Amino acid sequence: MPAKRIIACLDVRDGRVVKGVRFEGHVDMGDPADLAVRYRDAGVDELVIYDITASAERRTIDYGWVSEIARHLDIPLCVAGGIRSIEQAVSCLESGADKVSINSPALADPEFITQLSNVAGSQCVVVGVDSRLVEGEWSAFQFTGDAKTIRRTPRRMLDWIVEAAERGAGEIVLNCMDSDGVRNGFDIAQLKEARARLSVPLVASGGAGTADDFVRVFKEADVSGALAAGVFHSGATSVSDVKAALRRAGLEART
Amino acid sequence: MKVTVIRLGVGNTASVKFALERLGAAVRLTDDPLEISEAERLILPGVGAAAFAMHRMDAIGVRDAIVNFKRPLLGICLGQQLLFEESEEGAVETLGLIGGMVRRLPASIAAPAPHMGWSRLSAVKPDPLLEGVREGDYCYFVHSFACPVNEATLAVSSYSGAFAAAIGMRNIYGCQFHPERSGEPGRRILSNFLALPC
Repeated sequence: MPAKRIIACLDVRDGRVVKGVRFEGHVDMGDPADLAVRYRDAGVDELVIYDITASAERRTIDYGWVSEIARHLDIPLCVAGGIRSIEQAVSCLESGADKVSINSPALADPEFITQLSNVAGSQCVVVGVDSRLVEGEWSAFQFTGDAKTIRRTPRRMLDWIVEAAERGAGEIVLNCMDSDGVRNGFDIAQLKEARARLSVPLVASGGAGTADDFVRVFKEADVSGALAAGVFHSGATSVSDVKAALRRAGLEART
Repeated sequence: MKVTVIRLGVGNTASVKFALERLGAAVRLTDDPLEISEAERLILPGVGAAAFAMHRMDAIGVRDAIVNFKRPLLGICLGQQLLFEESEEGAVETLGLIGGMVRRLPASIAAPAPHMGWSRLSAVKPDPLLEGVREGDYCYFVHSFACPVNEATLAVSSYSGAFAAAIGMRNIYGCQFHPERSGEPGRRILSNFLALPC
């Protein structure tokens, strides 16, 4: 099996990397290209650049900075934020992204997943899912980049990820909103349930606080990758600490 | 150093171009049959699906230029798969420069497909393309179909079974992984490719 993937996510707002708690109240963390290069050098296995307000503001990601970041990277790059047409997705790939992640637009029009995977191939199509426990059920949320626009959809997360995979998603990133930004560990119970239903790779997102949280999510939820943002930006833990912890626990990490 | 990258439509050719430029190469992206025939070195990148790529090659009339190319040619990801005879993806006849059939990786909950992530190279053969690449080096893979291990195989990787991770025969080379996204080993391989005599 491949090495367990450690993924750093840069949440970008107005051209700056920011970090919020539970998707609200953002703090400036620096320039996207600078941070991308820093993570590359730190040995991260993959980078996600996420324009957090693009969908909520009904616009798409800036291709100029996709290309500016891609130019410096020798690791895979996934971009996300407001990609709602084939043309926009293709422009991201042609600007140097390896994968595009779609979330709110896929919920609005699930057929978009099918169309995009037919054109670009499933390997380029990631479906991001924001999920929160409501009335005892994990529900998919839409437009989560902004407190004013966020809304619950009628879809159950566990049904939605299966549909997304059947429609051609090559990977699912499950962001567990209840744990996001609070650094109490990944939502193992939720990720395990998701993992048991998928035969495409699953990436865990939301809740990383320590290197041991990564060990737990790989051991207990058997995900392909784990994504984190704030915990790396703030220096609470580092990519190399996480990888050392994985190796100590007998898990494979890329050197 | 000049290198020509074949443009087959949709795809992340920009990341290949950026990686080659980081090595100081002058990169031309083209779908012109004449420019392809006259290239010093040729890269066939991974774009979309096999059947789509073959139809596209025929539509723009570049199939013969690729098949008859005598200088170094490198297929990346789907580009490597297209060098073989046939692909299960769309049940299509491919370029036939290397013998064998490309088959789908079995997808299961235990081994999700696509094979996406950093996997090790093993059984690395001495070859100018892999100069400086070591047994066990990690490279980045994203694929749902895989090439058979045969006499052209230069390195093997494994996911639900062994497959050809890199190939080389005469002037024809291929990588199933993305060297442009495979850190130091990938940089080495692209740099070795640019140094092959042509």
